[in-house]
Amino acid sequence: MGFRNAPMSSIEPIQGKGELFSPEVRARIDTWVAKYPDGWNQSAVMAALRIVQEDNGGFLTQDLMDQVAAYLEMPPIAVYEVATFYSMYELKPVGQHKICVCTNVSCMINGSDKIVEHMEKKLGIKLGETTEDGRFTLKEVECLGACGGAPMFQIDTKYYENLTPELVDSIVDGLE
Amino acid sequence: MANEVCFRNMDLDRPWRLEQYRSRGGYEVLTRILQEKMPPTEIIEEVKASGLRGRGGAGFPTGLKWSFISRNAPGQKYVVCNSDEGEPGTFKDRDILRYNPHQLIEGMIIAGYAIGATQGYNYIRGEFWEPYERFEAALEDAREAGFLGTDLFGSGFDFELYCHLGGGAYICGEETALLESIEGKKGQPRYKPPFPAYFGLYGRPTIINNTESLASIPVILEKGGEWFRDLGVENSGGAKLFSISGNINNPGVFEIPMGTPFSELLEMAGGMKEGSRLKAVIPGGSSSPIIPGEQMMELTMDYDAITRAGSMLGSGAVIVLDDSNCMVKVLERMSYFYYEESCGQCTPCREGTGWLYRVVHRIEHGQGRPEDLALLDDVAGKIAGRTICALGDAAALPVQGMLKHFRDEFEYHIEHKRCMVG
Ligand SMILES: Cc1cc2nc3c(=O)[nH]c(=O)nc-3n(C[C@H](O)[C@H](O)[C@H](O)COP(=O)(O)O)c2cc1C
Ligand code: SF4
Ligand code: FES
Repeated sequence: MGFRNAPMSSIEPIQGKGELFSPEVRARIDTWVAKYPDGWNQSAVMAALRIVQEDNGGFLTQDLMDQVAAYLEMPPIAVYEVATFYSMYELKPVGQHKICVCTNVSCMINGSDKIVEHMEKKLGIKLGETTEDGRFTLKEVECLGACGGAPMFQIDTKYYENLTPELVDSIVDGLE
Repeated sequence: MANEVCFRNMDLDRPWRLEQYRSRGGYEVLTRILQEKMPPTEIIEEVKASGLRGRGGAGFPTGLKWSFISRNAPGQKYVVCNSDEGEPGTFKDRDILRYNPHQLIEGMIIAGYAIGATQGYNYIRGEFWEPYERFEAALEDAREAGFLGTDLFGSGFDFELYCHLGGGAYICGEETALLESIEGKKGQPRYKPPFPAYFGLYGRPTIINNTESLASIPVILEKGGEWFRDLGVENSGGAKLFSISGNINNPGVFEIPMGTPFSELLEMAGGMKEGSRLKAVIPGGSSSPIIPGEQMMELTMDYDAITRAGSMLGSGAVIVLDDSNCMVKVLERMSYFYYEESCGQCTPCREGTGWLYRVVHRIEHGQGRPEDLALLDDVAGKIAGRTICALGDAAALPVQGMLKHFRDEFEYHIEHKRCMVG
């Protein structure tokens, strides 16, 4: 049928897998590996990158991606492809809190511009930047599937909806 | 007439809990199917009779899709649920995950039984962390209660269900991109054929359905396909969740029968914000062509009515725009989205979405040229139908819709270098 999808496996045998990452990180990755069929470790690459990123203060380095590749026995290039394709992986250092503001249509027509403007002023940075003290990164994102609460943003794993400048202040000032 | 299917437990306190779901009859039909060893073909016939059409956007009949799987083919088969919910304007699947996770679990197990699959995956978009945790907790409870695992209720049928979390890519909502993503790759759509029913996840026969489609299954089998079909209208069986947002007082998700007049839905959603007038409606997610307000007020919310008006019911994501909105700005934002989210595999989509965005952007910013509208028509026409997946069409359709109904605003922008509206 001219259509094949075998897992990509690394060319060289991997040694010292048991020394990669901390035992906790390994255990978390292993719970994901267990969800997929034998031989398809690579299905856990998205989860592994997420876990390693979180463990590393919110971003990935080439070294970490190489370790994920070794751990899942994938070619490093296949891991880089995934890490660069999906927008939730960060390849540069980010702030302690990542603030993702939705500016898609429902949010836009409910004033997301004003929220962005307010945040930029408050934090003294533009979209895509990180505050000097390393506390916040401000990011523009596409529809987060919460348009009923427009305008909205996500901080780390949590959604905040029906934002007003005052509400934004109390949320952001209340963060650790 | 409302809240009888996916929202049947919504009035309960903490409706997501197993005991609350069971108090509304949850898991009864699954238990019966397993204990009586109901023939799978009977289930598929019932789903066919219900007139249920895929709630993810394409509206493909669910029962028919299931019947494409050859149940007796040896080897593993898969049930995959699409909870990627990325179409701008859509926010209903999040509510199913948050408030009624067990009904989705029950629906997926039944789907597995019907097609002979013992493994399911629910692909949840990565940003939905809280709904994901809710769903995981429900999976635990379901496992403990004996609804997941081996030899369920002595039927000899095994079923296991896991989540897979996305990573922030709209394209992974496209079914074959989603399968690639579960396989640990970039989410780039596959050529079809082969279709997933024949060559799906890990190359195995797979059905992939939207969250709402699968969550509707238990109620359909409990009350009967005919009961479900009769809730709706011809060609649009059942009730459906509509996500309504925009310049309205009470945005939210409403479960209403197919064929309900748009005017009633708007009223449920609290009507237009004070002092604003309805200008236009995007009826089925951002890729569905816009419909002028007056025309929309005459329409009913079902596949045929919205198609006749030149648009699509899609995922049932209704974005209501009032007359303070500049259509050039709205289109600029939508075109940016498709440009940003194109996976880049096909030239017409990769290049075309960039052209569409840049041209609308320059019109919006007072640099439009007289020939730009013809250029937009031309580029949009050259993307549609020439790509691997439907994202290309999804990018072209809103442009064509805007130019059809609001061409004068674009012309004004080009000529006067500014907006007609405010
Ligand atoms: C670009 C693109 C994005 C899509 N996004 C979603 C989505 O977020 N959720 C969804 O259920 N279907 C989405 N779909 C539709 C799926 O490809 C598929 O038709 C659907 O999941 C099938 O399930 P259903 O028949 O139950 O609707 C998308 C399609 C395309 C082309
Ligand atoms: S149409 Fe666009 S998104 Fe779809 S496969 Fe082609 S390039 Fe990718
Ligand atoms: S448009 Fe902002 S959440 Fe959907």
